[in-house]
Amino acid sequence: MKTLRRDPLVRGLGLASAALGIPQVAKPADVARGIGVAAGPRQRTATVAVGVRELTAAAGLLARPHPVWLWGRVGGDVVDLALLTRTLRRHDGRGLGRTALATAAVAALTAVDVYTAVTRTGRGSETTLTATTTVSNPPEEAYAYWRRLEGLPTFMAHLEEVRRTGATTSHWRASAPFGRTVEWDAEVTEDVPGSVLAWRSLDGADIDNRGEVRFSPAPGGSGTEVHVTLRYALPAGALGRAVARYFGEEPSQQLDDDLRRFKQAVETGEVVRSEGAPAGKRARGEFPQHPARPLTSKELRKLTKLKETLS
Amino acid sequence: MKATCWMGPDSVSVKDVPDPSVLNGRDAVVRITSTAICGSDLHLVDGYVPGMQKGDILGHEFMGEVVEVGAGVDRSKIRVGDRVVVPFPIACGACAACRARLYSCCENSNPNAGLAEKVFGHPTAGIYGYSHLTGGFAGGQAEYARVPFADVNPLVVESDLDDEQLLFLSDVLPTGYMAAEMCDITDGDVVAVWGAGAVGQFAMDSARMLGAAKVIAIDKEPYRLDMAASQGYETIDFETVDVRSALLDMTGGRGPDKCVDAVGLEATHGSPHVDFYDRAKQAVRAESDRPHALRQAITSCRSGGVVSVVGVYGGLVDKFPVGAWMNRSLTLRAGQCHVHRYMKPLLERIERGEIDPTRVITHRMPLAEAPKGYELFKNKRENCEKIVLSAR
Repeated sequence: MKTLRRDPLVRGLGLASAALGIPQVAKPADVARGIGVAAGPRQRTATVAVGVRELTAAAGLLARPHPVWLWGRVGGDVVDLALLTRTLRRHDGRGLGRTALATAAVAALTAVDVYTAVTRTGRGSETTLTATTTVSNPPEEAYAYWRRLEGLPTFMAHLEEVRRTGATTSHWRASAPFGRTVEWDAEVTEDVPGSVLAWRSLDGADIDNRGEVRFSPAPGGSGTEVHVTLRYALPAGALGRAVARYFGEEPSQQLDDDLRRFKQAVETGEVVRSEGAPAGKRARGEFPQHPARPLTSKELRKLTKLKETLS
Repeated sequence: MKATCWMGPDSVSVKDVPDPSVLNGRDAVVRITSTAICGSDLHLVDGYVPGMQKGDILGHEFMGEVVEVGAGVDRSKIRVGDRVVVPFPIACGACAACRARLYSCCENSNPNAGLAEKVFGHPTAGIYGYSHLTGGFAGGQAEYARVPFADVNPLVVESDLDDEQLLFLSDVLPTGYMAAEMCDITDGDVVAVWGAGAVGQFAMDSARMLGAAKVIAIDKEPYRLDMAASQGYETIDFETVDVRSALLDMTGGRGPDKCVDAVGLEATHGSPHVDFYDRAKQAVRAESDRPHALRQAITSCRSGGVVSVVGVYGGLVDKFPVGAWMNRSLTLRAGQCHVHRYMKPLLERIERGEIDPTRVITHRMPLAEAPKGYELFKNKRENCEKIVLSAR
């Protein structure tokens, strides 16, 4: 997992903080004049205060990087924008252009800060999903169905493609919220036929993730319990999760549905479709569904195309 | 093809829709010859079942001829040209529920199981034409229907019995039979049946067949009570007498040994203020179902007796007589019918003349007149008990 310490954007913001903070503390009057503000005692004090804040942020971001410093920068930006707006409104006209330019620069920096804070928050804090089902097949069969990784997209809603790239490696492509696509290479880390299969993404993944499926005989010889654990680092962590949930992407529910379809496929040989949910694995995303009446030939052609891309 | 479509609450019309085709490898397409309107279809039309969408094809009681089978269908079980009766719950035949012969609880046949689980705790089987909660499968009040898991579900019929004798094997006859079977009837039992619709009538026939000494029908429609009386069953009109007192009177104060609820969530009550109470709660969504028949069955049943529920319930009820149930050691049994279990044995009973399913048919009409049929059935006009639609 990429650490914040080596994150170029985080380091860049730390250095930028230092570059801004040093002149603000050392030569507050020059800085104030430079942005077209009168260099009276109040303005100098404010400039020094802003400089101290910048240096604190710089020290934090460079020495002990943590998302809280990034959010601190966002807060500072809001204060700066408020100060500048107030100055602009009461401006006497001398150096107005420079003040406007400074405001625009701070606004641009704010955008970078917000982006960095949002995307870096939660990195390193993994989301863990678990789901379980019981299938009537023996453990070896259930395992074998899962081991053929290329087949996973037939029942896992978000997977678009899994391609074998080596004896233990594969390339995965999945759809992500807001119409994005994420890809990663993965390797199998544990493989005990009929019992356990585990994998993890390799360096350079769009989303760092790992997964594990355990197969154990159900009580009384009545089939196989399948326990799935997925761990992944969502961009934007908790915030991203909340936003995704708001737009109807509830990850744990999706994994439950994935497993339900796994059960359909391994027990009956196919993922069940209905007129209302003709695309099978996308049933939940289809509400309101297609009416419960046969599909037109045009709708069927679209569906066939979709099936082809899956197989 | 022509199909009966749900166009909104209280709105049914026959529309031109595309013909069905094989969607999954184990599907068959059936050309429908006969189909029926079920009492539970009225729950959909009356708007009590969530998850209906405009344009959904209704109907879950149908039979016909196989015209197409998918590549994955086991052809030793079913072939093109076979005459079939299709059970209303869709079973996969492979999951734990199907293996335990709990076909209406199939774990695989409902693609919207995640939704059903929210309401029921665990998912239930897909059902034709019965809302998207049960899968969004197109129904059978149409000229053709797609039948999933064709090598598991339909009963292939070789006998030369006509459609009317076979059609009800799809739902109402096995449902009535299962209601009686769940009662564990022993010789000499008195069995009371709430609801004298088709399911209730078949529950009464089955109760007698399984050894009941006395069968009592409870309803408010004189023609339905007459239909029961014509078979030798005693009757109670709940609009004119108090049901519990009447039952005590007819059983020497013991109460019926076994009770069947063949009414479900849209029950009415003889006493207007009780009826109003539940209608009001239902209207403001404080309960989804009106359980008058169930409450009465529980309070009327003798201690240690069985209350068997096949009337359809969908959600939550108010004032469930939990004290009567618990303190008097009642057994409550219920279920959507596991039709597949009963089709063959009941077909044999029909062939031997032990049951005549046609006795409940009061109306026969072409598929195109389905909306009129719904209107007659819903408003209990023209003594309407059971409508068979011909799709030929």
